[in-house]
Amino acid sequence: MTRLRITSLLTIGTLAAALLFTGCGQSKSQVDSATENQILLYGNKAEPQGLDPHVVEGVGEHQIIASLLEGLVTEDPKTLSPIPGQAEKWEMSPDGKTYTFHIRKNALWSNGDPVTAQDFVDSYIRLLTPSLGSRYSYMLHCIEGAADYNTGKLKDAAKVGVRAIDAKTLEIRLNCPTAYLLDMMAQHYTWWPVHIPTIRKSGDPFTPGNNWTRPETFVGNGPFVLKEWRPNNVLRVRKSTNYWDASTVRLNGIDFLPIESVDGEERAFRAGQLHRTEEVPAAKIDVYKKENSNLLRIDPYLATYFFRFNTTLPQLKDKRVRQALTMAVDRKAIVETVTRGGQQPAYAFTPPDTKGYTSRAQVKFDVEGAKKLLADAGYADGKGLSVEIHYNTSENHRAIAEAVQQMWKKNLGVDATLRNEEWKVYMATQNATNYVVSRAGWTGDYPDPSTFHETFLSNSGNNRTGWDNPEYDRLVKEAACMVDEKARYENFQKAEAILLDELPLLPIYYYTRVFLLHPSVKNWHPTFLDHHPYKHVYLEAPAK
Amino acid sequence: MLRFITFRLLQAIPVVFIVAAATFIMCRQIPGGPFDSEKPPPPEIKRQLESFYGLNKPLGQQTLDYLWSICPKKFMPHRLFLDANNDGRADFDLKAAFGSDFGPSFKSVRSVNETIADSFPVSFQLGAMALAIALLLGIPAGVAAALRPNSWVDYFASGISMLGVCVPTFVMGPILVLVFALNLRWFNASGWFDFKDQLLPSLTLGIAYAAYVARLTRGGMLEVLNQDFIRTARSKGASEGRVILKHALRGGLLPVISFLGPAAAGIITGSFVIETIFQVPGLGRHFVTSAFNRDYFLITGTVVFYAALVVLFNLAVDVVQVWLNPKLKFE
Amino acid sequence: MNTPAAPIPNAPFVPDTAFEEAEQGTSLWKDAWARLRKNKMAVFGAGTLVFMALFCLIGPFISPYTYDAQDLNQYAKPPSAQHWFGTDKLGRDQLTRIMYGGRISLAVGICATMVSLTIGVLWGAVAGYAGGKLDTVMMRIVDILYALPFTIFVILLMVFFGRNIILLFAAIGAVEWLTMARIVRGQVQSLRKMEFIEAAIALGLSRRRIILRHMIPNVLGPVMVYTTLTIPAVMLLEAFLSFLGLGVQPPMSSWGSMIKDGAEVMEGFWWMLILPGLFLSLTLFSLNFLGDGLRDALDPKASKD
Repeated sequence: MTRLRITSLLTIGTLAAALLFTGCGQSKSQVDSATENQILLYGNKAEPQGLDPHVVEGVGEHQIIASLLEGLVTEDPKTLSPIPGQAEKWEMSPDGKTYTFHIRKNALWSNGDPVTAQDFVDSYIRLLTPSLGSRYSYMLHCIEGAADYNTGKLKDAAKVGVRAIDAKTLEIRLNCPTAYLLDMMAQHYTWWPVHIPTIRKSGDPFTPGNNWTRPETFVGNGPFVLKEWRPNNVLRVRKSTNYWDASTVRLNGIDFLPIESVDGEERAFRAGQLHRTEEVPAAKIDVYKKENSNLLRIDPYLATYFFRFNTTLPQLKDKRVRQALTMAVDRKAIVETVTRGGQQPAYAFTPPDTKGYTSRAQVKFDVEGAKKLLADAGYADGKGLSVEIHYNTSENHRAIAEAVQQMWKKNLGVDATLRNEEWKVYMATQNATNYVVSRAGWTGDYPDPSTFHETFLSNSGNNRTGWDNPEYDRLVKEAACMVDEKARYENFQKAEAILLDELPLLPIYYYTRVFLLHPSVKNWHPTFLDHHPYKHVYLEAPAK
Repeated sequence: MLRFITFRLLQAIPVVFIVAAATFIMCRQIPGGPFDSEKPPPPEIKRQLESFYGLNKPLGQQTLDYLWSICPKKFMPHRLFLDANNDGRADFDLKAAFGSDFGPSFKSVRSVNETIADSFPVSFQLGAMALAIALLLGIPAGVAAALRPNSWVDYFASGISMLGVCVPTFVMGPILVLVFALNLRWFNASGWFDFKDQLLPSLTLGIAYAAYVARLTRGGMLEVLNQDFIRTARSKGASEGRVILKHALRGGLLPVISFLGPAAAGIITGSFVIETIFQVPGLGRHFVTSAFNRDYFLITGTVVFYAALVVLFNLAVDVVQVWLNPKLKFE
Repeated sequence: MNTPAAPIPNAPFVPDTAFEEAEQGTSLWKDAWARLRKNKMAVFGAGTLVFMALFCLIGPFISPYTYDAQDLNQYAKPPSAQHWFGTDKLGRDQLTRIMYGGRISLAVGICATMVSLTIGVLWGAVAGYAGGKLDTVMMRIVDILYALPFTIFVILLMVFFGRNIILLFAAIGAVEWLTMARIVRGQVQSLRKMEFIEAAIALGLSRRRIILRHMIPNVLGPVMVYTTLTIPAVMLLEAFLSFLGLGVQPPMSSWGSMIKDGAEVMEGFWWMLILPGLFLSLTLFSLNFLGDGLRDALDPKASKD
């Protein structure tokens, strides 16, 4: 009797629930309503660690900060070239070492305060203050006195080469002419100003952990203001009325949704919750290419995937070994059958067409040549050569490492072992040069070959291979201060030729940005840095 | 009973402190620090950051400082649910109520207190719903199976519950999303915005636990139903319902209760897998990501919070066990 | 046992030996074994498990493929005559990988469960029986160990001892015994009040004998049930570790890691999820039936009539 009652109750209950929920089915998807309201639903992968441009270091954070702050110059939506932002015009001195920026009369902070030159001076000094512990302060080291102030050698902030001539005129003095200064200023958030009085209200502006980036207190000078921030849930920005160019801005707001799971994000896109995803699950790329290619975007990206060689080890000291290992890898096969994300095989370190620079020097895929080099170096048929491929735990890195392992075995007879470590352990190992061959990736901070070449300077903390070459150092350091683009690029060409001959690295592929984009998003041009200036973006429902 | 509870609460204090110290020390032993990254800061900057957070002091000193900092210094539980940051939602403010400061986070501007305050209420909601589903599905299924052992009812209930045990949550979750969110369009695929968003995650988590509850209930009930006093009750003419509810359930639910104590603490601090699949802003994710980020204070903070919950739930379970089985006495 | 004391007058003559053969003195274990053999589902379960073990141990020797041979041209092919269970994203034969994976999953399941069973039952029995201060200290230690972060613990082990599969067993076993101890303690506490234990104490039996010979066999019921739940939990915990990247390392596979990989691609490549899932489920179902059978067989209160 009890059994019958329970069973019937369950049945009625289930039917009732089913009826209830059928009635609640969504008729119009979230994406469609948001398009009508000009709200962009942006899948941003990871929860932002903060919004203080002087403290954070991630890509996801950049995408949000780009809606809230603007620098002296900003980016052209198609080419990312510097165009007037907070500054309406600027002059460069004939020797290229002094820039004078004229800030707009109508440039305002979101609380109504005018944007002044002193705001920029204070921001840069704050960034360079050692006690703040900013990870990206080295971006400003081209300014006179900045490096010394940052490392504590210089104590007087007034001696740093930034000066407010008057309320709306800013002077910046550099150590030497820097060709890519304006690009950096437009594209990297370290050059954008912060509202110091606001930071002061929440505590000491010069130590980390100041919580001024809350919706109630955040003040910015960009096209949007911070409306709401629910951690791991949603971060909403809405159109700013005080922004000087508000009439150009068509979006009413952006909702940044931090969906960490790649599969979860793709499902959310299909459920009509997002306009844009951060990634696409590797297994689904082919499916979208075949069935929904209008939703899939594959844009080239300024980043290279490579292996580092520990050149201090006896078996890798001889560059012929490194060359042989490099020449035995079939990059085309890797991008076509393993990664499958439209990446380009990398035969150099700097991605091609980086602001017009393409490396003439290239590595080759040449199995016979590799075999010969290896034999010459004393490891005929790979005997006696012990190699270990080190990578951080991830499905994708594992697949690539296994593929390379197989290629070395098949083509050279070299037996490589694999070692993977959890991310932080892997970082510590690589920083201590405690590996044989280690997987790495490098993203350019701005489109210029220097951001790649400076990685392998002998004194760079990002080198981590124990490799150094005085001629390479000379060429790269000299190029930092050259003005003539042709001459500069010639230096980089020579430097890259050395790099690709000595091979402290094994280039594998150039990254692409693979993501899903709803057809209603307009003016989302493919750019090398995956920057899409929001003030030009708008939403338009596709014609039925 | 009061003496028993007080005694146990007093015992809880050294437990929690030992857990805190052990965790704090344990997570320093693994390589990799909070400031190591692909583009690491220059050594001077790293030193600055470490000294700001006190990481360069001797480990013993740091541990003691930390233990003092989390020690409750006042008792104002009414302040637990104030809205300190004026965002319209009640916070779970441990600092205002008890004076416990769990320290800063290296990866976020929010302090550990704030992180727990934001995410615990969400985990609690998710967990409570999942637990309710688990009990509502599991106990009747287990009882039904135990009443007719080796019949089709038994096989059906046991089979379904075994399926719930065999299918991991990271398979069940996406399947439910595929069916209910993508095909039927009844729900969102992820997010935690209104009540409807809570159903699929709670269901996924609840089904997993329901299976365990059903199995344990069945086992416990079979034990009890074989006993003499049940036979006596039946032979005296008591109805089946009365036999179950009044006589058998008390003893039959014992293994479930024992299991539920720590399980409840686990459910309520959130399941990392569920939170990842459905993007639920709960506490579970922090257990795992803080370890991967070497966010020492967040690691220890979440662990201490979890330990306190486990102790409380175990205490509750022990109390319920004695209540269900009057032969046991409080000791 | 019925032995006639004295011949009943006018009764037909029945030789003494007939009665002796009818009922043999028997122990708990022999009794249990007999009952187990009669339970058809339990026998089916045991048989399936034996088949699984053979399949996983011997299979790889018969298979023409190895578990780690990649063939990039065979990217994710569905089941075919060439690859009965299809291939994975690196072109490896799924059938062979399921067999290898089974070895690991079964080994983890059995070893970790054995560890957790041994430590958990003993710990819980001693704590439950002793009561008082010893019980308090023992259970507080369980509380402490329960609260320590599992992820950190696993990373620590991996760092100090390398990526060793034995470590996996140790780590998982070290976590699972805690709940077993709690359940056993609860059962023992209620058993302690029963008359037959009071009788044993009155008879002057040593504590060790009481715990080992009287307590533990009587808690075997719920323990069996929980064990049949522990093995799947262990296997799934291993899958969770794979989810985090801390589990079995490729190219080795386990059913857990294969299911996790398959779940990500289930819409396009169903065989990568369904087939390992089927094997895991079948194994767990069999364990379940066997466990139930053992529980029923070992229950001393079950009547023989």
